[in-house]
Amino acid sequence: MVKNPYIPTAVEIISIRPESEVDYTYRLAIDLDVDNGQFVEVSIPKVGECPISVSDFGNDYIDLTIRHVGKVTNQIANLEVGDKLGIRGPYGNGFPIEEYQGKDLVIAAGGTGLAPVKSIINHFYRNPEEINSLTLLLGFRNPANILFADEIAKWEEADHIDVILTVDEGDEEWAGNVGLVTGFVEQINFTDLANKEVVIVGPPIMMKFTSLEFMKHDIKEEQIWVSFERKMSCGIGKCGHCKMDDTYICVEGPVFNYTKAKNLVD
Amino acid sequence: MSYAVSIEKMDKVLKELKKKYRVYAPIRFEKRGRYSDTDLIRYAEIDSVKDVVYNEKSDFSPKEVIHPITQTLFHFTEYEYRESQIDDKEILIFAHPCDINGIKRLDTIFLENGNNEDVYYKRLRDKVKFVLMECQEDWDTCFCISMGSNQTDDYSLAIKFGEDQLSVEVKDNEFEGFFASEEEIDFTYKFVTANQEEVNLPKIDDKEMLKKVYDLKMWEDYNARCKDCGACTSACVTCSCFTTSDVIYSENGRVGERRRVWASCQHEDFTEMAGGHSFRNTPADRMRFRTLHKVYDYKERFGEEHMCVGCGRCTDRCNQLISFSKTINKLTEEVNRLQKEVN
Repeated sequence: MVKNPYIPTAVEIISIRPESEVDYTYRLAIDLDVDNGQFVEVSIPKVGECPISVSDFGNDYIDLTIRHVGKVTNQIANLEVGDKLGIRGPYGNGFPIEEYQGKDLVIAAGGTGLAPVKSIINHFYRNPEEINSLTLLLGFRNPANILFADEIAKWEEADHIDVILTVDEGDEEWAGNVGLVTGFVEQINFTDLANKEVVIVGPPIMMKFTSLEFMKHDIKEEQIWVSFERKMSCGIGKCGHCKMDDTYICVEGPVFNYTKAKNLVD
Repeated sequence: MSYAVSIEKMDKVLKELKKKYRVYAPIRFEKRGRYSDTDLIRYAEIDSVKDVVYNEKSDFSPKEVIHPITQTLFHFTEYEYRESQIDDKEILIFAHPCDINGIKRLDTIFLENGNNEDVYYKRLRDKVKFVLMECQEDWDTCFCISMGSNQTDDYSLAIKFGEDQLSVEVKDNEFEGFFASEEEIDFTYKFVTANQEEVNLPKIDDKEMLKKVYDLKMWEDYNARCKDCGACTSACVTCSCFTTSDVIYSENGRVGERRRVWASCQHEDFTEMAGGHSFRNTPADRMRFRTLHKVYDYKERFGEEHMCVGCGRCTDRCNQLISFSKTINKLTEEVNRLQKEVN
């Protein structure tokens, strides 16, 4: 019998880690074959279902970093270690990280946009020989909204990773960068342009203007990769919610090369 | 072989068929129409061929037989999920050519798109055989010929309804036995060959032209006219979008079911994500999205044909009297104008 893709598997929560006041990382005990940047459909029976990107994964777990902001995610806030979430997937295409091997990779992430690219960063953190250099340009709304602070500190210490961390609005204690991600693009080393690949993930307006900023520095469209977030009910190309033009974000995306992404209109 | 069959005989055949099949046809629901003293014609199971409304267009399409308005996907307890079940009966649907072609469009979405088959659609679709009904007139909003959907060979029986007699072509051997004792006649099903309404389809050759089409002023007209009700998409035989929703059986219980329900791209919340962010925030955007899906991007994706089959029900159902054929023609005029500007 063909497996019914609409039916979730109940998976146990093995840890819950607060990232900010409203963002939590749930580690789930499941062995899934995930590509970096893919997403799963997460359910709570009687509440509903929503797509969540996989923020990290290992042999016997996946991490989901969830902001408690909607119908389903607000209910997830009430769950504890040992409770279960319904999971189906993974869905979508993921980032082509084999194309980033040996390159000077730049990852620009805004807010929760860091979640779908965190596993790529950790992959190259653990495997420095696979990459020529890695630059992270990470933007958050304010210091309290910074996600994965421990891991960012760990990346900052690595010799082969440069981290530029900025917040839109600082506070009294914040001594770091203040300003939008776009304003820090010029700090990136733009020598050896041909060897660069740029991943940009965040709110639509951030991805648009950050892409344009990189192109001002002669980065070609083909070198830029973005990931889209849309409403989805099925994740498998049927429900129609995520369609843009002739493209289904859940099937052909959520990751697109900029040459394709620039033509997609809602 | 074709036969002359009396209504009484056809009802006897129907009675036999109903042992194996659920038989659906457009039937009349008196006084259930949108306006006072009007009737609603929609698909339901029939007990007599006398109930079949063959000389008026149905308000709704037969899609609800295989893509129901609400459909239970699975039942759940706290951590267990059990797939919903259906019965063993086969399905026979009385339909006009446009609707049979429309269901082929649904097949494309549910059985091909995303490189997987939708199990809930497939389990009903695999049961379906069609009884082709002859279109005895060209209704004023039909434009099947422009869409190339006025013909089909996907049918088991083809029927022309008369006052007290039917002409029946039997194409599927399974049904031959029911009519063997009837008078053989020379009957060939006649497809409609002319519509009062014709549309010219837009030729959008590249992404540059598509971008100009997005920006056309014509879409803004719909900001005042379209009321986001979604009547067009529920009447459309090819609209397939849905949303899932969970229902619990008792107020404090953890036992319930997940259903899918039809969704409409014309509704404001169609793209709304957690946190409230949404896309296509005006009726103009949504009308542009629907129009281009029906007469541009479905074909771009799947190659062969447009999604719209020209049944005209969206026009018939629109409370604001928005004619979809006029919309397409206007779009084509605008595309032609843009094309001239380029050249």
